[in-house]
Amino acid sequence: MPDLKTEEMVVQMGPQHPATHGVLRLEITTDGEIVKKIDPHIGYLHRCFEKHCEVLNYHQIIPFVDRCDYLAAMNNEHGYVMAVEKLLDIELPPRVEYIRVIMSELNRIASHLVALGTFGLDIGAITPFLFTFRDREKILDLFEMTSGARLLYNYIWIGGVAFDLPNGFVEKCFEFIDYFLPKLKEYDDLLSYNKIFIARTAKVAIIPPAVAIEWGITGPNLRASGVDWDLRRDEPYSIYDKFDWDVIVADGRVGVLGDSWSRYYVRVLEMEQSANIVKQALEGLPSDENVKSAVPRKVKTKEGSVFFRSENPRGELGFYIISDGSDIPHRLKMRSPAFCNLSAISDIGEGLLISDLVALLGSIDIVLGEIDR
Amino acid sequence: MDYFIQIVTDLLPGLDGLPVWLVIPSIMFMFGALIFTGISIYSLIILWFERKIAAHMQDRLGPMEVGGWHGWLQTVADAVKLLLKEDIIPAVADRKLFKLAPYIVFLAAFSVFAVLPFSDKIVGSELNIGIFYILAVSSIGVVGILMAGWASNNKWALFGSMRSVAQLVSYEIPIGLSILVVVMSVGSLSMRDIVMAQDGGIFNWMIWQNAPFNFIAFLILFIAGTAETNRVPFDIPEAESELVAGFHVEYSGMRFSIFFLAEYANMLAVGIIASTLFLGGWQGITGASSAPGIGLIWMLLKGFLIVLVMIWFRWTLPRLRVDQLMYVCWKVLVPISFINMVGAGIWIGLSS
Repeated sequence: MPDLKTEEMVVQMGPQHPATHGVLRLEITTDGEIVKKIDPHIGYLHRCFEKHCEVLNYHQIIPFVDRCDYLAAMNNEHGYVMAVEKLLDIELPPRVEYIRVIMSELNRIASHLVALGTFGLDIGAITPFLFTFRDREKILDLFEMTSGARLLYNYIWIGGVAFDLPNGFVEKCFEFIDYFLPKLKEYDDLLSYNKIFIARTAKVAIIPPAVAIEWGITGPNLRASGVDWDLRRDEPYSIYDKFDWDVIVADGRVGVLGDSWSRYYVRVLEMEQSANIVKQALEGLPSDENVKSAVPRKVKTKEGSVFFRSENPRGELGFYIISDGSDIPHRLKMRSPAFCNLSAISDIGEGLLISDLVALLGSIDIVLGEIDR
Repeated sequence: MDYFIQIVTDLLPGLDGLPVWLVIPSIMFMFGALIFTGISIYSLIILWFERKIAAHMQDRLGPMEVGGWHGWLQTVADAVKLLLKEDIIPAVADRKLFKLAPYIVFLAAFSVFAVLPFSDKIVGSELNIGIFYILAVSSIGVVGILMAGWASNNKWALFGSMRSVAQLVSYEIPIGLSILVVVMSVGSLSMRDIVMAQDGGIFNWMIWQNAPFNFIAFLILFIAGTAETNRVPFDIPEAESELVAGFHVEYSGMRFSIFFLAEYANMLAVGIIASTLFLGGWQGITGASSAPGIGLIWMLLKGFLIVLVMIWFRWTLPRLRVDQLMYVCWKVLVPISFINMVGAGIWIGLSS
């Protein structure tokens, strides 16, 4: 038999591929089913966010921040306004802080629900996706009640929030928490401990702690590698130090530390902690105050620069603002967590099967809006 | 077939005057058209059923608009849409192979029905090697899938067809071995003989014979049959989130729907083969009924039941990986079915 000539095949995975969560393009070199080399191409969703910020005043940037990570708009707003408030030295009324924490944590749950659902979808389980979206819908209802919008809220303002909580919000929110916590068991039964799901994700695409730190991976992905680091606890901002909650660190209970399953399961457990924080915040919510009392009419900044980072559902979201003293930032740089998390895949993904690459991509939970900005 | 010829000649007395070489093919053609229509109607019904079941499993309603009552016409509307859609052939595709592939896949699925006994009398051809014929004919589909993947000139389609070929060829072995258990118990390859051997009510069905060997054989046949039809959890050839749509990624309109039809025909074929071999075929729970049509209803009920279990699988389970799929076949199903076959042989030898 003559020698068969074989060669590696270059496949374009994306930007229209269903597993790339938007418009990511991976140029993968494959040997059969094995991925030899991954070359991610980004920028299909580039909307010049940082350049826009150089011509808009500080208030006007908030809707743009929403559109970066559209699955966690509240968290993005929270991070951004805290950076500006640090620049301005604004003292906030306590009720505002509580409302912001409630919104951020609800949004964290909503974002993790999307992550879980789409990860299940990547592995081939269609039903959990619909279940998580059913529950996310209830959070969106709460947001709609408060801000009038379901996805991009423009709710958290510099020095305050756009509206006070509407009547009946607290009761509805308690109702949601009571409804939601038992649902976590449903996800466990349906997906987390499914034999096929474990076979597909455990011990797959392992990110060791050292590698995770090297690449600047943050958020649930970092904690899944066993690194005990959460800005909400280690660099407490807002009022997170007032609540009693745990930082979830993976223990590699079905596979090893840092595998796809750990990254998935850290999110499941984090949703429980977020629900706890929301509950405590609702209980401790100070009574009526003017939520706009500290909102500055015109933002007058000092000359100088500020860096502020906060814990976004995807990791550390940083804003670096250079101010020239006017009401328009001279330069704004966003440190995007999903961008840093994504950057590791060319290193981690080599030698995986195509199916495992999909599992890796799904488990690091990228949002292209934030990567491309 | 004889029964069918008799019916047709009764209905159309003029046929007697025609020469035999013309009558037999035309009746065969009629029977084929009948089965084709039957499969199409069944596919429309089962598709609607699947969508409703999936919807209710997922806390939603599914199609509700078209046709009034619970959207029962939705799949008909979809079929019409597919018929009217533009049929696109990629510029770089191998046109001849590309056009031919769906028909080969469908041919394989379709010709299996020729020997399936829908009832005592309704059967296309009573081959004395019926089950052997099924095994042989159903393998042709692999060629069509490989052709589709190769001719599309699309890397994802190529991946899909490579996976599919590996999968289908592998899973034929456990299927063959578990069918062998039944053949050994009955001592015949004819579908009719196999059903007749299960006469006399539910406890005489093949699934309970040679305990536990036949039961294990049934499970293996069902699992491998699910894999043969590319259904979840073995749907890696068309794994949506990995390969977009696998081997039929470039197909649209009618050609796509022929692939679709073949998949659903295959599902029904697996259901009917499994129930013929193990669940008493056309015989009811209390035994065969002499009333006409009852056998057909029992057969379809049993076939549908197995198809429903496959649908239930699809909306519950995630998908296996390629190597895990091969592992399940070669390291789990094949050894078990070998041991099972040997055990059944010893059991039959000792008990006879």
